[in-house]
Amino acid sequence: MINPVFVTVAEVALGLAAAAAIYRIAKGPSLLDRMLASDVLLSIVVTALLLDMAVNRNLNNLVLVISLAVVGFIGSVTVARFVQDRSVPDDGTGRRETEDDR
Amino acid sequence: MTAENWDSVVDVASGILLAAGALLSLGAAIGMVRFPDLMSRMHAASKPQVLGMFLVLVALGLQLRTWVVWPVLLLAWLFQLLTVPISAHMISRAGYRTKHRHPELLSEDELAAVVAKAGEKKTAE
Repeated sequence: MINPVFVTVAEVALGLAAAAAIYRIAKGPSLLDRMLASDVLLSIVVTALLLDMAVNRNLNNLVLVISLAVVGFIGSVTVARFVQDRSVPDDGTGRRETEDDR
Repeated sequence: MTAENWDSVVDVASGILLAAGALLSLGAAIGMVRFPDLMSRMHAASKPQVLGMFLVLVALGLQLRTWVVWPVLLLAWLFQLLTVPISAHMISRAGYRTKHRHPELLSEDELAAVVAKAGEKKTAE
């Protein structure tokens, strides 16, 4: 059996990490920041599933872990692809405003 | 050493690996909150996706006490290793093009010359 101290440390760390990632998703400021934060949240969820499997010594979630990795990859690539087409033409002020700033 | 001793050594090792993997996630999340712009946040974000995942997968493999799961765990990690750089590249490319960056924080912008050259070419046509 794994020492419960390690498990507790890991659980608390994952909980705080998830809270911080959700804060960044809520705050933004841009769509890409939110996408990046949701990628981090996804990897936190995957880590939590793996932790659960290690503590209970089973492989119930392994398919879920692999499919979550696929979904996260497709999601972030798709968003990154679409965000390029949403920029407003340059207005000469240097910093271009984009729709996802709002 | 006896079998029981090895058992407890493996348990402690996997416990440390689990805690380290989870703390990497925490580090990435703190980076997400504290860092000022997209590029530096990306730097923090990729740590748990590769190293953190690796540590936790090794811990899981140690806990299961069987060799047959290691190829599956290796596959999960290799997949992560292939997809993380691609999505990071796509996000940073989109971020650069939509000006989600602070040029004053960069010590060198090697892409700027290439982008300027491409712009000249486009206007010349």
